[in-house]
Amino acid sequence: MANFFLDNKDLHYHLEHPLMRKIVELKERNFAEKDSYDYAPQNFEDAMDSYRRIMSLVGEVCGEVIAPNAEGVDSEGPRVVNDRVEYASGTVENLKAVKAAGLNGLTLPRRFGGLNFPLTCFVMANEMVARADTGFENIWGLQDCAETLNEFASEEQKQRYLPLVSEGATCAMDLTEPDAGSDLGAAMMKATWSEEKQTWLLNGVKRFITNGDCEISLVLARTEEGTVDARGLSMFVYDRRSGGMKVRRIEHKLGIKGSPTCELVFTDAPAELVGDRRMGLIKYVMSLMNAARLGIGAQSVGLCEAAYREALKYAHERRQFGKDIIQFPAISEMLSNMRARLRGARALLYETSRFVEIYKQYAHISRERSLEGEERQQMKYYNRLADAFTPLVKLLASEFANMLAFDSIQIHGGSGYMKDYACERLYRDARVLNIYEGTSQMQVVAAINGVTKGAYMEQISLYEAMSYSENMLPVVEKLKALRARVEAMVERVETINKEYPQYKDFHARRLVESVGYIIITYLLAQQATQVEEYESDTKLFLKLTEAYIASAEAYVNTSEGEDVALISEVQEQY
Amino acid sequence: MNKALKIVVLAKQVPDTRNMGEEAMTADGTVNRAALPAIFNPDDLKALELALRMKDECVGSTVHILTMGPLRAADIIRDAMFRGADGGYLLTDRRFAGSDTLATSYALSCALRKIGADVVVAGRQAIDGDTAQVGPQVAGWLGLPQVTYAEQVEQIKESSLVVRRRVERGVERVESPLPMLLTVNSSADEVRPQNAMRLMKFKYAATPSECAAEPEALRVKLAAEREYLNIVEWTADDVDCDKSILGLAGSPTKVKSVEAVVFQDKQVQSLTSSDEDIEKLMVELIASRTLG
Repeated sequence: MANFFLDNKDLHYHLEHPLMRKIVELKERNFAEKDSYDYAPQNFEDAMDSYRRIMSLVGEVCGEVIAPNAEGVDSEGPRVVNDRVEYASGTVENLKAVKAAGLNGLTLPRRFGGLNFPLTCFVMANEMVARADTGFENIWGLQDCAETLNEFASEEQKQRYLPLVSEGATCAMDLTEPDAGSDLGAAMMKATWSEEKQTWLLNGVKRFITNGDCEISLVLARTEEGTVDARGLSMFVYDRRSGGMKVRRIEHKLGIKGSPTCELVFTDAPAELVGDRRMGLIKYVMSLMNAARLGIGAQSVGLCEAAYREALKYAHERRQFGKDIIQFPAISEMLSNMRARLRGARALLYETSRFVEIYKQYAHISRERSLEGEERQQMKYYNRLADAFTPLVKLLASEFANMLAFDSIQIHGGSGYMKDYACERLYRDARVLNIYEGTSQMQVVAAINGVTKGAYMEQISLYEAMSYSENMLPVVEKLKALRARVEAMVERVETINKEYPQYKDFHARRLVESVGYIIITYLLAQQATQVEEYESDTKLFLKLTEAYIASAEAYVNTSEGEDVALISEVQEQY
Repeated sequence: MNKALKIVVLAKQVPDTRNMGEEAMTADGTVNRAALPAIFNPDDLKALELALRMKDECVGSTVHILTMGPLRAADIIRDAMFRGADGGYLLTDRRFAGSDTLATSYALSCALRKIGADVVVAGRQAIDGDTAQVGPQVAGWLGLPQVTYAEQVEQIKESSLVVRRRVERGVERVESPLPMLLTVNSSADEVRPQNAMRLMKFKYAATPSECAAEPEALRVKLAAEREYLNIVEWTADDVDCDKSILGLAGSPTKVKSVEAVVFQDKQVQSLTSSDEDIEKLMVELIASRTLG
């Protein structure tokens, strides 16, 4: 029996993290529901026991149903029939299995039929589903839209919509339009209030909508006539049963073929306003996007896991020159680095999940009662960390996923280029990870202020101050020196940027990634302090960090302000 | 509206003989049970699914597991509860030890008389013995009509079931009056996964023996408060039975010897799907009286 949780010790490590005690306390509000719901935990140990069991259930569904279906789903794909999406047959089976297993509404409150699980568990489940089938992770993972409703919708709306999600209704975020991609503020989908029908009506086109023909959609639309920017946009919840929406076409994509990417036409489609007008993009979609970015982080780590395992297996089976190819350092070096990146990305993923979780739980509590001084500070503290770490994990995990998918094919050699092995599908699936939910370039934009305004460095200082095992002390010493070099780079960039305003943008990615590499190495060093098994990964990742920073430093230190002209030359061409 | 059915699934906890490693057999050729994980017999899971489908269709129906075995066999009752069963009965007693299929079916039928059921569903056979006898024998003891090799219950009528059964060259559709017994073929639908909410609700379900073994455990406190967490545990004294035909005493089957058959290389043949190769194989099989 394949089980994607039981076969992965690294997941167990992250599930058992010490901060889980605080997270469970916040999430369960002192176990207030232990007698009112027959499936609510009685205490911390009981909650953890349930998490382990349910993660194992997810692992089993992934290993036994979703993963075996992945190849068929990739070749069959969904289709449009009479303006509706029909999923590939394997996708239908997957949905049936996750529904029977009750894996919907994982994080939603029990009063809406949810399991009230921590975000950490949801992220972990996401990761396992993505390892099984990256495209299916979208369809299943979009249940996270319900969290946005749980945060911002009215009580009455929550009571109507959230139980549907807990029962297995799938969701979508209808944001992108033909002329509004990264620049969502330009969205033109129109929402008009109909006095006659006493409802908002949606009119317009949405494009590139993942799982667009789902039961419940969150739609970004313009309520304020005459506006052209983000301030005129509001968020709506649309129930497909209301009618007025057609799927015009689905895209033919390079990868994640099982996940239908839809062009939707709304014609007088009735929808309900969520929260306040004009806050659609500024507040709600920003929150939604942050959650989605963490989701892509999880999806990326899941893909890393799959790519690494496929390559490792092949390297142990393939014989050349009389031995398994894993015996050649050229191959084992690649695999070792893959494993270090996989575990590094995962370390960053769960650290971020914990920050987001704690912040979100305080935010929820603040709607039930006013927070006390200490709690308010904690919320602020974790909010800042969540905002800083979310783009970082989206950026690095998705880039690593591409590197691992690339190397996985390389290790398979010629066979990897053929359709015979899963690595070619992973390679195609990986390519979108650093594009959707904000390209890597957009993540850098979101993260650069954290570099220059101190959010990351403050956290790095906390990591520095932690206690480490003796074997990890040399790693920490090196990290301290690397940090100083990155700070010098940042200072140089800030100084030159005063005179040459594009200079910081020119080097932003180098700075953000340098900081990201240092953070990951610290996280791995903490793991290695507790579990010796992580020592090799930590030492290897440190080398990757040193190499990355040396290269970034060489580039930055040899770049003068005038070099901005070098990168603007192409702007004039074509 | 269909009538509510009282359904009992006969299930067995078996050593997982599907992926045998080297340590899976002892030197004398018997199964090394200690080296193999104990699992829910695969055909019995299919029986459970078939039972749960009937429950889904007939509101108010119940599905209970009946299993005979050691205390740890309560694991499969919990597993079934996580998938949708309402509860279960564990028949456990040293006096049942050494039972062959006849003694097993006798004990199960005595328990079934006490429970009372509209439909008894069993897997066709267990992977440790592969006899496929217990289900039909239970029907025999109870005088119930039986449908073997069932794949699907196609129709639930007021006082009968229409069942599709797999036979050698196709399928048969048969109708049988209730109460009845079904044995389910491995070609039936896969069992549904465990359900997250049910798993959390029923994870502390326990037998009295399990509660007694850990009196301080949370499960003891919860079992006292929550009726549905109590798994019924019966000994031979709890069911009306003739003690003289239980266990070894009631088992006419005597194992003469157990032989580990190891195929030699020369016994292995590779054949293509060509007509000549198939013809050649047929001739050989007929000559050796394996066929015909």
